[in-house]
Amino acid sequence: MDTYILQAFNGLSVSSIFMLAALGLAITFGLMKVINMAHGEFIMIGAYAAYLVQKIFANYLPAGLFDVYFIFAIPAAFLLAGAMGYLLERTVIRHLYGRPLDSILATWGVSLVLQQLARSIFGAPNVDVRAPGFLSGSLVLAGLSFPYKRLFILLLVTACFAAVYGLLYRSRYGRKIRAVMQNRAMAASLGLNTRRIDAYTFAFGSGMAGIAGAALSLLGSIGPTLGTNYIVDTFMVVVLGGVGTLAGTIAGGFIIGMGNTSFEFLTDASLGKVIVFTLVILFLQWRPTGLFSVKSRALDED
Amino acid sequence: MKKRRLSSNVLAFCLVVAALCAAPLFLSDFRVNLLGKFISFAILAVGIDLIWGYTGILSLGHGVFFGLGAYAMGMYLKLEASGGKLPDFMSWSGLTHLPAIWAPFAHPAALIFVVLLPAGLAFLLGWLTFKNRIRGVYFSILSQALSIIFVVLFIGQQAYTGGTNGITGFTTIFGAPLILDETRLALYYAAIALLVLVYGYCRFLVTHRIGRILVAIRDGENRVRFSGYNPTGYKIFVYVSSAAIAGIAGAVFVPQVGIISPAEMGIVPSIEMVIWVAIGGRGTLIGAILGAILVNALKSGISESFPEVWSYFIGIAFIVFVLFMPMGLVGEVKKWAPRLYARLHRSAGASGEDKSEVASRPLA
Repeated sequence: MDTYILQAFNGLSVSSIFMLAALGLAITFGLMKVINMAHGEFIMIGAYAAYLVQKIFANYLPAGLFDVYFIFAIPAAFLLAGAMGYLLERTVIRHLYGRPLDSILATWGVSLVLQQLARSIFGAPNVDVRAPGFLSGSLVLAGLSFPYKRLFILLLVTACFAAVYGLLYRSRYGRKIRAVMQNRAMAASLGLNTRRIDAYTFAFGSGMAGIAGAALSLLGSIGPTLGTNYIVDTFMVVVLGGVGTLAGTIAGGFIIGMGNTSFEFLTDASLGKVIVFTLVILFLQWRPTGLFSVKSRALDED
Repeated sequence: MKKRRLSSNVLAFCLVVAALCAAPLFLSDFRVNLLGKFISFAILAVGIDLIWGYTGILSLGHGVFFGLGAYAMGMYLKLEASGGKLPDFMSWSGLTHLPAIWAPFAHPAALIFVVLLPAGLAFLLGWLTFKNRIRGVYFSILSQALSIIFVVLFIGQQAYTGGTNGITGFTTIFGAPLILDETRLALYYAAIALLVLVYGYCRFLVTHRIGRILVAIRDGENRVRFSGYNPTGYKIFVYVSSAAIAGIAGAVFVPQVGIISPAEMGIVPSIEMVIWVAIGGRGTLIGAILGAILVNALKSGISESFPEVWSYFIGIAFIVFVLFMPMGLVGEVKKWAPRLYARLHRSAGASGEDKSEVASRPLA
């Protein structure tokens, strides 16, 4: 029984990272019909941002302050990944609106360049980010120990989703995003600057991936190909959950993350992913638009 | 006008084939062997062009079909090399007798699986997804998941597939030692012959009515449906054809390179295959062939001496070609050649008549 609870807890924490990473992808795909294969690289950028902040704290600030570094690492990851996302949108993505298939190829090129850039700057071997002292150890509850790191990540993801919910459904800006998502032409003719909304939203989604990267840096060493390991899972979360809905992303992330960990636990590690992906492929035959989809009577444009 | 362009494509192909046939006269054995590998990639690229360039379906899992063809060939070669004994990697993994899935591959007739395995898998997946109208990026993402599934499966089932190392250690093909120059040359020409065959098949498809329907599906699937055609059958057909071609390419690849491993099936090689076609020129079969040979020649040239430069180079090529030259090199030539021709014509003062320009095909 205890192992099952711990497995479920692990699954939950893996899920939460998938959710965070998939969030940006789901929003930008729903908004712009652009698939960003370089999204995983923003996870990588966020992780390296955490690494850099740690380096700065270790080298230039008194040792007593070291533990606080992670508090700064999260906004740093968000800002760095977000800024890179903004740059990418302005230079590459904006040429790709309405060309989803081409956007896959072009952004894949971007991801190759970013990976090589990371390799050139930080070197090919993985680097370690030391978790701050207050996150080491675990919470012991009824004889079960829950690592603080993973609890912290759960908390972080919950906070991020609350922020995104507020932004999307409780702010003027969110209303604009949803308007553009539902009907771009109509939103534009009502005076919304859709291109600016696209750029900011893309940057925001990239920033969220950056936070996911910072969270990942707590769990293991990071390297230039960190994003690649997550990108396909993240896409599966998006297609399973459905495009452009918060609930879909949460559900998709939960199912993929839990599925991965529990099948890995029940069968052997390599088969877990095979089973999950096969099930998702089969599920999509039944519901091609995913679990939650924005209903539309429009004939989907080719 | 149309007739002239048709023949110019075939003419270009004939020139390429002639150049490939003549290559062993000028190049070292090592380079010829390398070129033979590129020809197998060219075969693969023609199949990808058929499904992506003409039909507008972006499959990011073609590495799997290439791999299945290659593994089928590799299994046959491995059993031939083992000479009735258990292949070495199986005994390392603790197997005591040949697994049932390997048994048929002892016979050369099993090489039919080179085509049947990929085609069967493509039929299954295509039948499911296309019938349920999963398309566009959704299909691309699913095909990518397919690629992950197979790589994980092939790495995990080490006793049956050789794991990460794949299958290697071949000695003979149909009794001829692979190490002999004559055998290698024969394999090289066999590769060219298969390229001609595959090109002929695809050329036949795209110049006939079915080719027009494929292009119509690419440019407006709903309109095709409203015109009374059912795109599903055509899409399954083109997916199966393309997968079978990829399988053939894999079978051509293995004896020349001497190894097949899951690394050739993954997401990264799968998407690189698409970029060969994008650089060469989608929607023109000759563009796919040229793109595959050119990119791989550059790759072996650059990455031999500067591996890190290659990543930047191919990454930037992805971006530049997709953004600014979506019709690839052949598209650029088609765009500029008539203008150049017209200018030369005009400056020669031969005639003042306005040459009607060949408009490049609009982007899907």
